[in-house]
Amino acid sequence: MQINMFYDKENREKTIELGADSSVKDLLEKIKVNLVTVIVSRDNNILTEDEKLNDKDKIRLISVISGG
Amino acid sequence: MNCCNEKPIIELPAGEKLCKKHFTEYFENKVFRTITRFDLLGKEENLGVAISGGKDSLTLLTILNKLSKQNPKIKLTAILIDEGINNYRDKSLITAEEFCKKNNIKLNIYSFEKEFGMPLDNMLKVLDVKPCTICGIFRRYLLNKKSKELGFTKLATGHNLDDECQSIMMNQFKNNIQASARLGPMGGINNNNYNNKNDSMINKNNNKINETKNNLKNGNNKKINKNENKKIKLNEWFVQRIKPLYLCTEKEVTTYAFINKILDEFNECPNIVKSYRAQIRDMLNDLEAKFSGTKHAIVNSFLQILPDLKQRFKEEEINYCSKCNEPASKDKCNACKYVEKLEKAKIKVQSPFW
Repeated sequence: MQINMFYDKENREKTIELGADSSVKDLLEKIKVNLVTVIVSRDNNILTEDEKLNDKDKIRLISVISGG
Repeated sequence: MNCCNEKPIIELPAGEKLCKKHFTEYFENKVFRTITRFDLLGKEENLGVAISGGKDSLTLLTILNKLSKQNPKIKLTAILIDEGINNYRDKSLITAEEFCKKNNIKLNIYSFEKEFGMPLDNMLKVLDVKPCTICGIFRRYLLNKKSKELGFTKLATGHNLDDECQSIMMNQFKNNIQASARLGPMGGINNNNYNNKNDSMINKNNNKINETKNNLKNGNNKKINKNENKKIKLNEWFVQRIKPLYLCTEKEVTTYAFINKILDEFNECPNIVKSYRAQIRDMLNDLEAKFSGTKHAIVNSFLQILPDLKQRFKEEEINYCSKCNEPASKDKCNACKYVEKLEKAKIKVQSPFW
């Protein structure tokens, strides 16, 4: 499946290829982002790491790190 | 284990998964319990809230605003220090102003440029100093000074569990235990309420301080030897700081901010990327990912020894600055020392940006 991902820290969209039946956890492992450091949302809803993703999902990664 | 049939949005370190509604309740109750457990607020307060426009401080202000509406004797005023960091503070300042206007909260803004003569970006061009060092010195100086001028009984900051954890580890790695004595949900070592009129020790010292101030005002330098630093009790000149978000992780704060639509676009200080704190932060996050609950364990174990640390460093006295009368470890405070360096640098550098 293909996921359309926007990571606020990088400020750009990316298309990520994942296997069928992948979860949020699989996505984060693929892009090497620590779950502790981000909130993952789809259609403005926050997803936990075991949530399954669907083909063509638009996923937003929000960094939790403080500004300064 | 899910809290209910609604879709969970967050998993806590202990394994419980909470939905949006139950997470909001959990988070707000956690903050209220922190305030109660550590006795952070009295029945009446003229409370300053230090904000930056970022998620932590606006989350803090949101919850304290709710508290203030339930208890009108706790008055709220926001205070923001504009360091003058281009493409960072200018963005968050707009967010802060809009938030305070929308929630009818008075906001006082003080800038490095106005108070010290130039913004931080320019200071870093003429001084050979780590950005966080000078930024921290000037920001803390202004927060304390302006909090006193505004008559705050306490100053709340948006420091969260992650911040505290990082500070504990940084102090440990740098062999600076005395600095850790000033940590905790209530900052400082003596934890005296600045306006506690019932404290006879504070009244006695306040009388001495007033006498000294009058002498300085009257130019009566005979009574005060500039080279002889008057010793005053630590925290006599500090507005008590409190950290209501002390037990909340950064992820919990961000989740709450997201749900309540107070999360702005990603905005990280450009100076933090290379800092020591950032490396400690990354180390702790890596550990937390592998061993859930690590950060809570660090802070909870620290809280057990904190009373002993505060007791150990309790009697340390500080001076006040011979130039500005603010707290100082020696004859001059760090802020005045850096202002002098900036003045000298201004003379040396011929630049159109002064």
